[in-house]
Amino acid sequence: MSTITQTETGIPTGTWQADTVHSSVAFEVPYAVATFGGAVTDFDSTLADGKLAGSARIASIQTKEENLTAHLLSPEFFDAERHPVVSFSGPVQRDGDAVEIAGEITIKGITQPAVLTGTIVGPAVDHFGATRVGLKLQTTVDRTKFDINWNMPLPNGEPALSNEVTLKAELTLVAQEA
Amino acid sequence: MRVLAISGSLRAASNSTALLRALREEAPEDVEVILWDGLKAIPPYDQDDDVVPAPVAVDALRELVREVDAVFFATPEYNASVPGALKNALDWASRPVATNAFRNKPVAVISSSAGAFGGVWAGAELRKVLGTMGARVAEAELAVGHAHEKLDENGRLADDDVRQGLREAFETLLAAAAPFEAAA
Repeated sequence: MSTITQTETGIPTGTWQADTVHSSVAFEVPYAVATFGGAVTDFDSTLADGKLAGSARIASIQTKEENLTAHLLSPEFFDAERHPVVSFSGPVQRDGDAVEIAGEITIKGITQPAVLTGTIVGPAVDHFGATRVGLKLQTTVDRTKFDINWNMPLPNGEPALSNEVTLKAELTLVAQEA
Repeated sequence: MRVLAISGSLRAASNSTALLRALREEAPEDVEVILWDGLKAIPPYDQDDDVVPAPVAVDALRELVREVDAVFFATPEYNASVPGALKNALDWASRPVATNAFRNKPVAVISSSAGAFGGVWAGAELRKVLGTMGARVAEAELAVGHAHEKLDENGRLADDDVRQGLREAFETLLAAAAPFEAAA
């Protein structure tokens, strides 16, 4: 059952803050014969005057194994001690339900251009009277461009871990009173 | 700044240990180099013994690594790899994995051998091990071939090129251990 009704088709104006309880930021990367995934839990995001900005504390990365999490935080991966935050910002372009954000992403202190694509729902008024907009976004980055180069050869000589990493964000943004 | 110097060799007349004595000679005034001599006291790794409290020698190593600002390794090469005693000590030091004493610790590795290749494989393997442990492996590489010919009769480093390479490796480690400032 839908709880909100889409009422707008333009780029939301004003300032919108992420409701992080109803948002998520995650990653997926092909590993050996499957896809490995994880998420960060400590993040924030703001949509202001048509520009989306977001950042995440990499120390909040969650996997299913603490030693793996520790490896991801180490200098071989994110080097969270020296680069504790990953971030993104860029202007939102909307075409109906589709969005594209050509911006910049910073990981491990290195900034690269990135294009996020996805869908947008709203703005619409929710069942408590707040005005919300939903963004479902993803992009793929080459992790080696951010100095994340770890790998291990499989017996067939192929690398175990792909360089191509998909980043996903599902954001619920709430309109802030002026 | 305090730098722990770890030799992978137990031999009294070790080339690796001689290189670390030379490293101590090259230390800037404000850098203390501590030559570790506890390798032989580390017991064989046994997960049944990896409890609290850990064996005394293991606790001492873990504590020392936590206290210093960086660690400089000099290793010989046994069978194209890291000497077993050194690897064993690192296996102890690497536990518990997620919070081990080497995590984020700046480290540098040099190697030596009596042959021409200077223990280059042992050096590469040791860097891999340390990276897996979560250490901050500095981009310092020095492989000293025919190492015994580079020392004088008193076991002191007597080769200017090797001394210069040692100095550069040390500077690279000290830079990696310097307070980090993110780019603006």
